[in-house]
Amino acid sequence: MTTAKTAPPPIAMLAELTHRCPLSCPYCSNPIEMALQEAELSTETWTRVFQEAADLGVLQLHLSGGEPASRRDLTDLIAAAQKAGLYTNLITSGIGLSEKRLRDLDAAGLDHIQLSLQGTDAAMADEIGGYRGGFDRKMKVADWITKIGFPLTLNAVLHRRNLHQLPDMLKMAETMGARRIEVATVQFHGWALKNRDALMPTLEQAKETTRIVTEARLRLKGRLVIDYVSADYHSKYPKRCMGGWGSTGLNVTPDGQVLPCHAAQTIPHLTFDRVQDRPLADIWYNGSAFNAYRGTDWMAEPCKSCDRKTVDFGGCRCQAMALVGDASATDPVCQKSPHNAALQAQANTHAAHDRASFFYRSAPGKTPAPTE
Amino acid sequence: MEAEEIPVLPRGVRLHYDHIREIWVLLAPERAVTLDAVGHAILSEVDGERSFGEITQKLAEKFNAPVDLIMQDSAGFLGALRARRFLDVSS
Ligand code: SF4
Ligand code: SF4
Repeated sequence: MTTAKTAPPPIAMLAELTHRCPLSCPYCSNPIEMALQEAELSTETWTRVFQEAADLGVLQLHLSGGEPASRRDLTDLIAAAQKAGLYTNLITSGIGLSEKRLRDLDAAGLDHIQLSLQGTDAAMADEIGGYRGGFDRKMKVADWITKIGFPLTLNAVLHRRNLHQLPDMLKMAETMGARRIEVATVQFHGWALKNRDALMPTLEQAKETTRIVTEARLRLKGRLVIDYVSADYHSKYPKRCMGGWGSTGLNVTPDGQVLPCHAAQTIPHLTFDRVQDRPLADIWYNGSAFNAYRGTDWMAEPCKSCDRKTVDFGGCRCQAMALVGDASATDPVCQKSPHNAALQAQANTHAAHDRASFFYRSAPGKTPAPTE
Repeated sequence: MEAEEIPVLPRGVRLHYDHIREIWVLLAPERAVTLDAVGHAILSEVDGERSFGEITQKLAEKFNAPVDLIMQDSAGFLGALRARRFLDVSS
């Protein structure tokens, strides 16, 4: 049994530095209720948290948002993380980065950059990101990244509207000299859940994507590494969320809440400790949210007696919550779930909405969120 | 991997001693690869200057083992890293 005492230390931490972002992607994983700028952690607090994370066993630090470049102290934060001994990965849309800023980040010791890709041309990318001029700027940023010599991963989120651009995305990654590309079919959390009619791929698209990725992996072996996240609703088994709840990673929100996964706030009965109130190690090992779904003891049937229970840990708790209304239920993506047939039918209905338009994510604390 | 090829850890891939778990790891984008004593010994010799042949020769002396065997093991290990773009090779 995995309990507070036997849980391993975490390997990765996602620091959501801010929920501010110039883009407004309709699949943004930020919560509908975003943290206000006034509530964001200070440079000093993040610096302490990075050191606490390193002392706890975290090796990889992902700096994300929102758009992390919206934090004016980004360079100082990278320097602090580097000093703590963490491997630093910046997850950015590129907007807000200049060549000068990138050189400063380089001097501060930034290890790796992950650049998001909304599409392969301005028409597509700017429509998805809801930000005109964003694509051209991103291409400039990509040039500077290559010129400075940062290792680069492209991060493409695929959905019904841009799946046909996958071959071009792969070409783009090669041209830019990226070592990796993450090809992630949209997962339905946060804002994406509100946009299922516009984003849901068809079953044929999902199959075609897998075929393209399989072929490209062979062709590009040793040149470009492709990490692939397949379409969730069209899979037989769910994904192992966060490598198992409370086993490998943790998230810190802009206002200091520590979450077992980025969508954990959608589970209403959980309460989250804050880095301002409690040491990170204590939160990781003893926090109630982390122990809520650790290991396998919380499971009900069919997971309880399933031989895959330590393979996928019953899938995503937040998805079970969102779709079945019970966070300890089997993820309905699993074909063993009693709700799976309904989910498949629902996915096909979403995918058939030809003309559905986007609900763009809003800025923190300004526009009210659309209702379901 | 040929004897005259020169392996090098590219930028963004580095050795790190993990004080909490008391092991050596190879840190790379999105990955932390746990290294055993042999893996660590091989990568410690990779400096971007010496060739694969020179490195394995040195390891053979150090561990008092036949160089063919060391070459075979190291080629497998480094080849796997290369396939994941954690290692570059020049000649
Ligand atoms: S998904 Fe889009 S809107 Fe959300 S943080 Fe990333 S770039 Fe910004
Ligand atoms: S029943 Fe549960 S443990 Fe088994 S495959 Fe489905 S989600 Fe995974």
